[in-house]
Amino acid sequence: MSERKLFVHELEARLDEMLLLSLRQRSPATPAAQLEALPRQVQERVLHWVGIAAQTSTELGWAIAQRAGTRAARPGFALDDWARAGLEAHDAGGLAAAQARLDDFAAAAPDTASAARGVAFAAVEGRLAGFLHALDGRPMQLRCGAKTWTDGETLWLPESLDLAADAAGNRRLHTVIAALLWAQARFGTFNVDPEPELVQWADREAALDWFSLFEGMRLEARLALELPGLARDMAALRGPWPADLEPVAARLARPEASAADSLACMAELRRVGAGDTVHPPYRTMLDPLAARRLRAARIARDTGTLRRALNIMRAIDPHSRGGSSDSEYPPLAADGDSVPAELQSGDLQGLPPDARAAAQSLAQDLDGIPPELLRPAGPGAWRPEERDEGEGPVAASSGEPDALYDEWDYRRGAWRRDWCHLYESEGPAGEHAWVDEVRVRHAHLIRSIRRRFEALRGEDKPQRRQLDGEEIDLDAQVDARADRLGGAEPSPRLFVHRRRVERSLAVMFMVDMSGSTKGWVNDAERESLVLLCEAIEALGDSYAIYGFSGWTRTHCDIYRIKRFGDRYDAATRQRIAGIEARDYTRMGVAVRHLSGLLHRQNARHKLLVTLSDGRPDDHGDEYRGRYGIEDTRRALLEAREKGIRSYCVTIDRHGADYLPQLYGPAHYTVIDDAKKLPARIADIYRKLTA
Amino acid sequence: MTAPTSSARSDLRAVATPLVQLANEPYYHATGDEVEVFAAAAASGLPVMLKGPTGCGKTRFVEHMAWRLKRPLVTVACHDDLTTSDLVGRYLIVGDETVWMDGPLTAAVRGGAICYLDEIVEARKDTTVVIHPLTDSRRALPVEKRGEYIEAPPDFMLVISYNPGYQSVLKEMKPSTRQRFVALDFDYPQAEVEAGIVAHEGGVDAATATKLVRLGTLTRKLKGAGLDEGAGTRLLVHAAQLIARGMAPVTACTAAIARPLADEPDTRHALDDLIAAVF
Ligand SMILES: Nc1ncnc2c1ncn2[C@@H]1O[C@H](COP(=O)(O)OP(=O)(O)O)[C@@H](O)[C@H]1O
Ligand SMILES: [Mg+2]
Repeated sequence: MSERKLFVHELEARLDEMLLLSLRQRSPATPAAQLEALPRQVQERVLHWVGIAAQTSTELGWAIAQRAGTRAARPGFALDDWARAGLEAHDAGGLAAAQARLDDFAAAAPDTASAARGVAFAAVEGRLAGFLHALDGRPMQLRCGAKTWTDGETLWLPESLDLAADAAGNRRLHTVIAALLWAQARFGTFNVDPEPELVQWADREAALDWFSLFEGMRLEARLALELPGLARDMAALRGPWPADLEPVAARLARPEASAADSLACMAELRRVGAGDTVHPPYRTMLDPLAARRLRAARIARDTGTLRRALNIMRAIDPHSRGGSSDSEYPPLAADGDSVPAELQSGDLQGLPPDARAAAQSLAQDLDGIPPELLRPAGPGAWRPEERDEGEGPVAASSGEPDALYDEWDYRRGAWRRDWCHLYESEGPAGEHAWVDEVRVRHAHLIRSIRRRFEALRGEDKPQRRQLDGEEIDLDAQVDARADRLGGAEPSPRLFVHRRRVERSLAVMFMVDMSGSTKGWVNDAERESLVLLCEAIEALGDSYAIYGFSGWTRTHCDIYRIKRFGDRYDAATRQRIAGIEARDYTRMGVAVRHLSGLLHRQNARHKLLVTLSDGRPDDHGDEYRGRYGIEDTRRALLEAREKGIRSYCVTIDRHGADYLPQLYGPAHYTVIDDAKKLPARIADIYRKLTA
Repeated sequence: MTAPTSSARSDLRAVATPLVQLANEPYYHATGDEVEVFAAAAASGLPVMLKGPTGCGKTRFVEHMAWRLKRPLVTVACHDDLTTSDLVGRYLIVGDETVWMDGPLTAAVRGGAICYLDEIVEARKDTTVVIHPLTDSRRALPVEKRGEYIEAPPDFMLVISYNPGYQSVLKEMKPSTRQRFVALDFDYPQAEVEAGIVAHEGGVDAATATKLVRLGTLTRKLKGAGLDEGAGTRLLVHAAQLIARGMAPVTACTAAIARPLADEPDTRHALDDLIAAVF
């Protein structure tokens, strides 16, 4: 990057492009003038944050642009932390909150050294999410808040940390706190009821402090077994324990220690009289009541899921299932009340994915699965919970269906003939301005995507002077002839070799328009489609976009957004803008219909890409759970037989549990945060078709 | 006319395929019945497909089997510009003559070698067609340009590898190709076994190897969530080798494991945190 400062007119142009100022009849003159005085690096940094903010809202971008110039001029100003704080406040409380935060951040943090040292949650969120995902094997929910604690499902971390001597130390502290909270949930802090002990204490807060401290001792030792580096960081942060606590720490460090031992230590301490507790810098709060409430709900839910799966599996006659050759779930013991051996031995492979996930979660909550939990209370025990009905269907379907589709009933091992009524209609047009706004907001991204994709297409460059090739290299021939006549040794490299890039590819995008996508997910889907279209137009692949939703088997709706033949024109863009959250997700029939359309395309490679927020699901109990998963799996297998490959991009943190069953191990991506989808979608597509 | 001089000849020698037998046993730790299955396929003249993620021992296994069966091994690392001529051979113009040069596949067929086409899906589509007659009862290689039809001797064996974790649809192997092979599934070995391999190959103690494998296992959970694929055994061995030379474990793992795996900042930092936590 050149070190030359950007001039006012250049700054004005960049701001205008990002913030659509001329459309809003605002002038970038003042902020641009303030920014002109700054070094190029700082200028770029400000523009960077304005751009990021503008992806959320142009107003927010404007708020940052207006304020950045004067603030960034102060020596040592922590621009990144300031901007992040503003973005965070916007997420939590909207524009007014963001403006307030941007204004008082400076007042609250006059200590610039501290600003450079302190590390905000937002700055470490991404890395911690990856770190915890690797530890747990599943995505974890991360939030920041005033109280540092976990309810066993979500981890709340401090908004910002400034206890260590430098930024690296504060980042480590974030990591330690996150790992400790994870360890509380993972290693059973909430598996005992602490109330009998807590009520003995006059000061509940003090009691919880002690409990948290003792659990910290126990978990540090537990973590040391597999993550010694992390335990070392913890030890370094806390320093040596006070001498009178040493024996307790040693006792809780034994490998067999549990949360009950922490409570026992508290009881002893109470008898001898507790002094003031110590507070290590990674101190976390405990709220056992909230955590146990959630845990109870989780256990009830998981037990229900597991029992239901077992009941269903028992109900299936193993002989009739013998016909379905694709089943990868071996029948479990069908006799009486006994618990299947697979479960007793902890091997969960025989279960369908949702039940397996439930069993794993149960095992964590209860340190194993007690057999009595699994004993079904007779065939009538299963009462599917009713979904919140809300307002009635907004399905577009009416009149005669356009097509009927069979549906696979795995319980019968048979088809339900003409079961699903499919209606295909044109997607409604949305606001034109929305697409324009997205294209301007992502102008940089779109430009870079187009550049990269055009480069991909342009790989058809001839390589000269090869030993072999499709064409003769005339220059090389002339040189060789001259060499030969001159008595020199001619080179044998006389050919031109052409890299052929044949991209005979047709792609169908199947977009989830179910009610659950309302809000961020829907926005992310639409924005991603705009970016995708820009990218694919540059590549020249043939593609179509259809939305799907529905309301039971008699109202399965497919919305045409862009047919294969359609151009990516204003009308198509408006239909993308018009994609909205509607009803439910009966996925199998949508896969069948759209893979049928795709199959008719004349291309060598055919790809069905689903953009979705979750698993197959429909109104009523039937399609939810295993039935829907099995039917969808079947539909994807049928597509596979037609030579269609399927891929799923999903915004569902529990997605990984069942996606391998549906798409195969490598054929999906899980995006943990809808906001990240637009930035990643083009890369996903590029990898997918590289 | 002058005869072609030595440097044009050496240009050609560079593309000729030598057939050599491995003298020393390549270390390979079997994790199932793959040795028996491979040997049986070799005895029956059947082609074999090795499926599995990168760096889990497929190449090493083939080397080991070639040594065991006492056959020469020809390995071709396939890439997206690999043509049929690159495999089968071509006429070259040397001075005023045209000279035929066998490609590695033809050389392996003639010499009764094991031909290992590594990552076959990377090659151009037309290359898979030339192996078809070698993979059915014909067991022959038609060399069109020479009008030659080479019947493979009993010792010739075709082995391909294939990584099903591939995300590109354009690189899927067609069922018509897949169904010609006896297939062996490869995966990362069990933790203790893998630690043994890392210790042996990397020259580190058991404790260090265990930590490396723990790190590898953690990264594999990030597949599809930031990583296309977790660290294979190969990367762990690389890190071990650096550590064995005296490099600090964290530095070694960063250089040999974290950096090769990820570009994206969040994922890179998450890997840094994992390395710091494990060591
Ligand atoms: N089962 C095994 N026995 C011995 N070494 C192994 C084994 N699995 C992996 N390795 C080690 O991992 C490295 C990478 O394996 P390689 O065969 O190149 O992987 P692949 O061909 O599957 O990509 C080998 O060089 C070897 O050091
Ligand atoms: Mg290999």
